[in-house]
Amino acid sequence: MTATAPERTTPPMDADSLISMRNIKKVFATDEVETHALVEVHLDVKQGEFVAISGPSGCGKTTLLSILGLLDATTEGEYRLAGEPVSGLSAAERARVRNRQIGFIFQSFNLIGDLTVYENVELPLTYRAGDAALDAGERKRRVMDALERVGMSHRTNHYPAQLSGGQQQRVAVARAVAGEPAILLADEPTGNLDSQNGEAVMALLKELHEGGATICMVTHDSRYAEHADRSIHLFDGRVVEDTGHAESRRAGVAPATPA
Amino acid sequence: MFSHPTAVADSRAQAGGPAPLISLRNVEKAHRTAGGASYALRRISLDIARGEFATIMGPSGAGKSTLLAILGMLDMDFTGEYELRGKPVHTLGAAQRRDLAREHIGFVFQQYHLLDELTVAENLAVPLDYRGVPRSERSARVADILDRFSIVGKKDLYPRQLSGGQQQLVGIARAVIGKPSLILADEPTGNLHSAQARDIMELFARLNTEGTTIVQVTHSEENARYGGRTINLRDGWME
Repeated sequence: MTATAPERTTPPMDADSLISMRNIKKVFATDEVETHALVEVHLDVKQGEFVAISGPSGCGKTTLLSILGLLDATTEGEYRLAGEPVSGLSAAERARVRNRQIGFIFQSFNLIGDLTVYENVELPLTYRAGDAALDAGERKRRVMDALERVGMSHRTNHYPAQLSGGQQQRVAVARAVAGEPAILLADEPTGNLDSQNGEAVMALLKELHEGGATICMVTHDSRYAEHADRSIHLFDGRVVEDTGHAESRRAGVAPATPA
Repeated sequence: MFSHPTAVADSRAQAGGPAPLISLRNVEKAHRTAGGASYALRRISLDIARGEFATIMGPSGAGKSTLLAILGMLDMDFTGEYELRGKPVHTLGAAQRRDLAREHIGFVFQQYHLLDELTVAENLAVPLDYRGVPRSERSARVADILDRFSIVGKKDLYPRQLSGGQQQLVGIARAVIGKPSLILADEPTGNLHSAQARDIMELFARLNTEGTTIVQVTHSEENARYGGRTINLRDGWME
């Protein structure tokens, strides 16, 4: 099949996209083996999209999310986030951009057990430096706003152990949105929840999306992928399927990344 | 029998020894339900001396984690008396409890509770932010603890770039950085392979020899052997 396939051409960077990735490769090397976690990924995500990234375990979806979230660097390729080229940044520069632009939601909530709900939400804001630094009043406003958005403002002085799993994940979502990031990245956000709490967290993400948030979510559960308005399937480090944005689909516009 | 307010002081006077680090009298924790109350803890009276390494064991649902959360002042919804270093915790307001806990207690959690978007060094600095340690002193404290735990080379890595054992090492370093006199550990090796678990338990043993009081919750008989004393719970009662 590869012999007869036409030569792959790289689509041009999309200036309108919040996220634009071209030819992203990621290789993990140990003494003996090289693992090609991402082979050739092109991806555009526009402001306001809700994208589900799925695929079997080992397909590269968590690696992709780490690169999207600037937790990890690419081996090769170009990545622009909100117009800024970020693929060549040092770890410290990536941390600066990440803290301003990206909110994370993890499977295991990652709340710190001996900090209160309020403190957990405030924590990433305290790591802002330079022009992104916030004064105490603005921090407080953002923390309380975020807790209200997820319906947890009545639990500010509770500790995580006093909350149910679903409530803990709501607090984690508040922590992610408190920084008013350009994009929310969610890694299996329902993975540790029963189906009722899982649905509640998905409904919350959907609500944030309807309020204008851009969300990329890794999930292996197709039920949850259906909440998103665009679905990307990874296999062996490549995008093998991309439904495109729901509105583009209705308008008959082909996605940037052909299947 | 221990219900009157001076019960803790009386029992100490009778024993004649130094004040224990932790003293619980008649501690009970109930969940109110439509059908009445169900008890997570019943009449727990317990002293833990400075320098002890105590293990709380028991089947799932016995109340182990509830007891640890009460000891750590993460859960204040209980009846009875709790003194930490002679201070009556059960009479303190939320802010005072928080200050007391932050001054004296370090926590280690089964799930590590590291923030994935912060580096190892930044994760270690988190407790200092909440303990009023001056900014100028924080980096020195972080450098010290990185050195003491032999993880200097990992300071700029993110948690997901570490093995589970290394993450828990960072979790313990974070608990220790606030210089607590008491470490509370909830199933600290529950997510680790046996070799990693042994390393972590040996680290606890070393911290204990250096003077830190440790209370751990575990299912593992092997882990319990690192401690000097086992407290068995069943259905909320001490056996």
